Amino acid sequence: MTHEEKRAWIMLVVSVVGYAVYAAVVVNRADGGTLTATPYAGVLLWTVGGGIVASIMAEIVMGVVNPRASRVSDVRDREIGRLGDYVGQAFVAIGAVSAMLMALAEWDWFWIANVIYLCFVLSAAVGSLAKVIVYRRGVPQW
Amino acid sequence: MKPTRVTNSIRALRFAHNEMTQAELADRIGVTRQTVIAIEQSRYSPSLEMAFKIAHVFGVRLDDVFQYPEEAAP
Repeated sequence: MTHEEKRAWIMLVVSVVGYAVYAAVVVNRADGGTLTATPYAGVLLWTVGGGIVASIMAEIVMGVVNPRASRVSDVRDREIGRLGDYVGQAFVAIGAVSAMLMALAEWDWFWIANVIYLCFVLSAAVGSLAKVIVYRRGVPQW
Repeated sequence: MKPTRVTNSIRALRFAHNEMTQAELADRIGVTRQTVIAIEQSRYSPSLEMAFKIAHVFGVRLDDVFQYPEEAAP
């Protein structure tokens, strides 16, 4: 497994686990009440920050556990990286358009912030999943 | 389904060249060993430049390394 493939796995796991933790905390805080009245901003920022720290820590641990592993990346890694980013970017655009429409319709800030966060998570998770699949099954011709 | 129709003889050529390892070939063409594995298994179609580098390592012509099935005539 190349260094870049390991990084794709880390991003996939961190983004999914981070969002799961966020969703669990917010739903737990709502305790059957309305979600829009639930404090969410702090948890959202902490899970975003925690995800960044967790990714860095995972890469450090990966280096410590297997210090002789190659960190080289090549043209195939770059091609797969671009493909994954291309797939992930679609969700950023969907999030931006959704947030714009929700703001125009004067939806609660809770939903606007959450649709943006969800689409960032989907961008990272689906983009990383695409990279992992392509590493395993081969680069498609297009 | 294989992502490319390009087939290759890299494995046979490696063995014919003193049982060259995938890691050695990877070093000589400047890619990772995983990329050599992916090319050998037809999971990755290399660039023309990389294909020439591989042919040069073995001292053979490009179509001695890579093959592409001919299209049926319309």
